[in-house]
Amino acid sequence: MKIAVCVKQVPEGSRRIDPETKRLDRSGEGALNPFDSHAVEEALRLKESTGEGEVVLVSMGPAKAQDALRKALAMGADRAVLVSDEGAAGADLVATSYALAKALERESADLILFGQQAGDSDGAVLWAAVADRLRLPVASQAAEVEHADGKLTVKRQTEFGYDVIEAPLPAVVAVSDAINEPRYPSLKGIMGAKSKPQEALSLADLGVESDRAGEAGSRTEVYALNDPPARGDSRKIEDDGNAAQAILDFLAEKRLV
Amino acid sequence: MSTLVFLEHHGNELLKGSLGVLSKAASLGEAEVAGVVAGTGVRALADEAGKFGAAKVYVAEDAQLEAPLSQPRVDVLAQLVRDKGFDTMLFANSVLAADVAAGLAARLDAGINWDLTDIVREDGKLVGKRPALQDSVYVDVGWTSEVRLALFRPGSFDPSATGGSAEVEEIQVALEDFSSGARMIDQAHEESEGPSIEDAQVIVAGGRGLGGPENFTLVEELAKALGGAVGATRAVVDAGWYPYSTQVGQTGKTVAPKLYIACGISGAIQHKVGMQSSGVIVAVNKDPNAPIFEFSDLGVVGDVHDVVPKLTELVKQRKAS
Repeated sequence: MKIAVCVKQVPEGSRRIDPETKRLDRSGEGALNPFDSHAVEEALRLKESTGEGEVVLVSMGPAKAQDALRKALAMGADRAVLVSDEGAAGADLVATSYALAKALERESADLILFGQQAGDSDGAVLWAAVADRLRLPVASQAAEVEHADGKLTVKRQTEFGYDVIEAPLPAVVAVSDAINEPRYPSLKGIMGAKSKPQEALSLADLGVESDRAGEAGSRTEVYALNDPPARGDSRKIEDDGNAAQAILDFLAEKRLV
Repeated sequence: MSTLVFLEHHGNELLKGSLGVLSKAASLGEAEVAGVVAGTGVRALADEAGKFGAAKVYVAEDAQLEAPLSQPRVDVLAQLVRDKGFDTMLFANSVLAADVAAGLAARLDAGINWDLTDIVREDGKLVGKRPALQDSVYVDVGWTSEVRLALFRPGSFDPSATGGSAEVEEIQVALEDFSSGARMIDQAHEESEGPSIEDAQVIVAGGRGLGGPENFTLVEELAKALGGAVGATRAVVDAGWYPYSTQVGQTGKTVAPKLYIACGISGAIQHKVGMQSSGVIVAVNKDPNAPIFEFSDLGVVGDVHDVVPKLTELVKQRKAS
């Protein structure tokens, strides 16, 4: 089975939005989006359980995102494809899903995996857009993924409990961060990652029209950045034996009891 | 502007989040607001939506829409945009609604903004309010496409009954071939006791500071006395102390009750994003430097094992008197 894992490099440490461009500042150090490492791990486990197949990483981002991809290669993925193009900067969901779908079409994987959200934008929807563009079945919030007889069985976690969803391959699945514990790359893995293929593609390589990429291809915009609203007066007390009464009085004052 | 609200339902009831978004849409005071409900045996839900501000409700009944799967619903909404010319589609976030909205965004090449806590009209333009980067910055966002999609953070709006009634129109939908690829083969939904955590007006939540799973009874008893639901942090759910369905936080439920009492919870960002919209937050933690105190209305530095059972008794006494 050929598995494509969509991964993203996110800024490491404290994050800021550039007030000029109103985009996330991506100038500092980057790291593999931690939620994506669960998708990489699941892909490796699926490959290992059948003993054959390929795990390819597909990503979009600046050239230095190769570093984050190398970390996922060190975990055991076989090769990586990075769509990196200045024309792709500032892409929103519409533009990102379009370029990513083009890159995925080129791979024709049996299974396309995503992590449950991006640690920077908190986006948790990309897979559904990509699945619609590829006209493939989709399941998200996967707590378990099983593969047998060309079919996929996904245990999905929702607000109401668990659903079991079956889908034919090829399919798109977003895994939750409860699905597994991602492995740490071994020293051998880290050394081996350096010689694994890392391909860089431009938008032109994928046939993505410039007016459908980056900011030009986006359908949302940012108007302004504001400070968060402050909370009202807050009180802090030490329990001297009467704290429970103090809480009750407070709740009564707020008409909550 | 013509607005359509995605009405999600579970167990024969419209979700509070959907009704809240519906009420918000109606309060924007533009043209009439419509809703869409998809499933089987959902006709009665359309009347319910009328009471919360929908002037019109489209009902799509089809066996293929019975299971809560996103792709056939994308087909329903895409057809409504095509046939009826809606330009604004609003969703209360959920596992299902997020997948529907994003699939629709791709289908229509329509701009989508997510995690919004409000939407306003400024200088004739719709502006979404979006807390970002762990809510450290509030971003004003907009749309450049003709069709605008918005996903709202759960608990952003309270439903308000207007007592109106909706005109109901049943629609037939042609589904895409790939939309029925994913099939629901089983559902195991926990029926928890008491009010469900997302609808609860009061939540009493426990964290690692309780010391062990057996001490969750302290939290349960206080919740019972206050008529509320029990919540838990990621740490205690991962440790197997309490079920996932009660987890509040980034990867669990986002809640906004009138009262949130945090017992032995440090207030890590993972938890904070799920409960900070609560009306009043009370925290009990023995660590005076716990981050939870930075966003609590009343913080008590004390031992949960002492304070919580005493409070339960006081609440019971007050209610009995």
